[in-house]
Amino acid sequence: MEKIRANLLLCAGTGCVASGTPKVKAALQEELEKRGLADEIKIVLTGCNGFCAEGPVMLVYPDEIFYQKLTVDEIPKLVEEHFLKGRPYEKLMFREPEKKLAIPLMKDIPFFKFQVLRVLRNKGLIDPESLDEYIARDGYMAAAKALNEMTSADIIKVMKDSGIRGRGGAGFPTGLKWEFASKSQADQKYMLCNGDEGDPGAFMDRSVMEADPHSVIEGMIIGAKAIGASKGVIYVRAEYPLAVKRLQLAIDKCYESGLLGENILNSGFTFDLEIYLGAGAFVCGEETALMRSIEGKRGMPRPRPPFPAHKGLWDKPSVLNNVETLAQIALIILNGAEWYKNLGTEKSTGTKVFALTGDIRNVGLVEVPMGIPLRTIIYDIGGGMKNKKKKFKSVQMGGPSGGCIPESLIDIPVTYEDVVKTGAIMGSGGMVVMDEDTCMVSTSKFFLEFTADESCGKCTPCRVGTRVMLDMLTDITEGKGKDGDIETLQDLSRDIISTSLCGLGQTAPNPVLSTIRYFKDEYESHIKDHWCKAGICSKLCSFHIDEELCKACGACLRACPQKAIVGEKKVPHRIIQELCIQCRTCYDTCKFGSIKVGPAGCKDIKDIPELAGKAGG
Amino acid sequence: MARLTIDDLKKIKEKQKSTFALREGGYRAKVTVHMGTCGIAAGAREIMTSLLDEIEKSKVEDVITTTSGCAGLCAREPMVTVEILNKPPVKYGDLDGEKIREIFKEHVLGGNPVEKYALVVGSETTY
Repeated sequence: MEKIRANLLLCAGTGCVASGTPKVKAALQEELEKRGLADEIKIVLTGCNGFCAEGPVMLVYPDEIFYQKLTVDEIPKLVEEHFLKGRPYEKLMFREPEKKLAIPLMKDIPFFKFQVLRVLRNKGLIDPESLDEYIARDGYMAAAKALNEMTSADIIKVMKDSGIRGRGGAGFPTGLKWEFASKSQADQKYMLCNGDEGDPGAFMDRSVMEADPHSVIEGMIIGAKAIGASKGVIYVRAEYPLAVKRLQLAIDKCYESGLLGENILNSGFTFDLEIYLGAGAFVCGEETALMRSIEGKRGMPRPRPPFPAHKGLWDKPSVLNNVETLAQIALIILNGAEWYKNLGTEKSTGTKVFALTGDIRNVGLVEVPMGIPLRTIIYDIGGGMKNKKKKFKSVQMGGPSGGCIPESLIDIPVTYEDVVKTGAIMGSGGMVVMDEDTCMVSTSKFFLEFTADESCGKCTPCRVGTRVMLDMLTDITEGKGKDGDIETLQDLSRDIISTSLCGLGQTAPNPVLSTIRYFKDEYESHIKDHWCKAGICSKLCSFHIDEELCKACGACLRACPQKAIVGEKKVPHRIIQELCIQCRTCYDTCKFGSIKVGPAGCKDIKDIPELAGKAGG
Repeated sequence: MARLTIDDLKKIKEKQKSTFALREGGYRAKVTVHMGTCGIAAGAREIMTSLLDEIEKSKVEDVITTTSGCAGLCAREPMVTVEILNKPPVKYGDLDGEKIREIFKEHVLGGNPVEKYALVVGSETTY
């Protein structure tokens, strides 16, 4: 017998055998023989190595080299490199964490790769309660420059040149807004910040106020200089306690350090800033209503003109900017208009922050250059659907004032203009992603419930109209919809939009209009067929088990609160329709997609139009 | 605190930079616990408590801890960022009291990132 110079301890535990040890062994033996190494290198099958996840695995003695994920295809190369030439084959070697970091880099993870942080430049980096740390990141250098080296006209010119538009939703050019207010003559002017973020599913502004309160304050100081205001108010909803606490702390530190109050940074400029707590009424996000609220009156909008730039808070010229807008003012002053425009499109410059929520994997806060495809935000940054088996259906943008964008339009670039064309709006940046299990009628009903509730009551079309629409939608979801309802909803929507005073009423019907535009078939199947195909409207659906798909695992049977499911091992289960209350538990429990949704009152799966011919259940 | 001048801003900036540049500050490691509303709701307080407890027990003096806001990936909170001198920052997610103790021992004290909890290494693109 020849001298054995190496032992190959090939794992033959159950795990590795399942992942291919026998084939690998055969290939290895063959290759060793071909190379004339079979007599000096011995293959030894071992018990479970314990590293089953990376199998088949092999340990080479005496070299003590560990190979993982062996495949038949790689064997010739491995034998040639290691056993013939004596060079361990790195490709299959297990990488020690100490030697090579196997943690992905930012550029390898789509969630981080596509983001560019301007507004969120300090997120997760500085202590929001430390003024010094903000200063360390160039904080208040822009205010110093604006107060000491620039005139009001200089600042406004930079803002106008940068093309920055208000991030609150409507996208009005910030420079223009400042210019109007700066030209108004008055003994007192006000610089205001809108932190009354109210869209369901939106949390961009809260996050900025919590993570980087000084960036908002600095933006306000610069704005105040531009328009000639000596007083300012940050309007924040009281439901944001952490944001309020950190903003107040930041304001206090600024007063102590001479960054607020008289003679800021020895420039001779005076600016006083305070926080006003809002009670969380949605309408108070509208500028004239917000100003009434600060005055201590009931938060209701008033007709414009006069615009706030002429008569705003206490009837004095005022500018109201959104948190996200203000947080990037300092960067524009420091880096210039040209720098700002290098991201985004011609009409939508810079970046936009979005709050990703809903049926999406990476729920979170992201900042991307304007013009990025919507698909990139949802599939790359957002990571696609939370439940991988479900298909994307729609993304809601702009909250209760916005609309639903369907799958067919998911390749649009995200800019103010392109989003408006779809019937949605950019809004403040909430993106609620919905998968195929969403009922679009219920979705529009949800948003209308919100606006009907939040309507301040001043205008009849908004106060009564949204209520009438909500009642109709409720009827449709309960099987009481009538022919012609869709047209009536569209007519009512147009009337409410054209006759309401403020943005709340003017946009409240948008969710209904946009869902009718893209998902009219769902409205029709609710009204005509009494069938909510997503199985959400409990009065408009029935649940059935597809016997061909049922694995008889018993999961639905155990989960059913009504004990309405019968069956035993190896026998496909059945739902007793008389006992079923359409709670949807079985649908959500089944891992095999064997539960099908039929129209209301459907007794047998064979009677579901789209599944005709299937076995009974 | 005295009233600041523009020169003071520059001085603070330099001083802060050197405090937080780990080398000049005499620190070897910095752990940032992300404490936005999302982080706190997910249990960032427990992370901070466990971390401070470990530092106390290990009696190290060249490690600083600090808090910061939301790191953006709210779905994976609580999160921390660990920075070791001369190494790129590593972000960890889905943490709890036990995991942060393990990260402290392995990564902060031992210098070896804990791969199984790590999300990403490096810094984001700013501006």
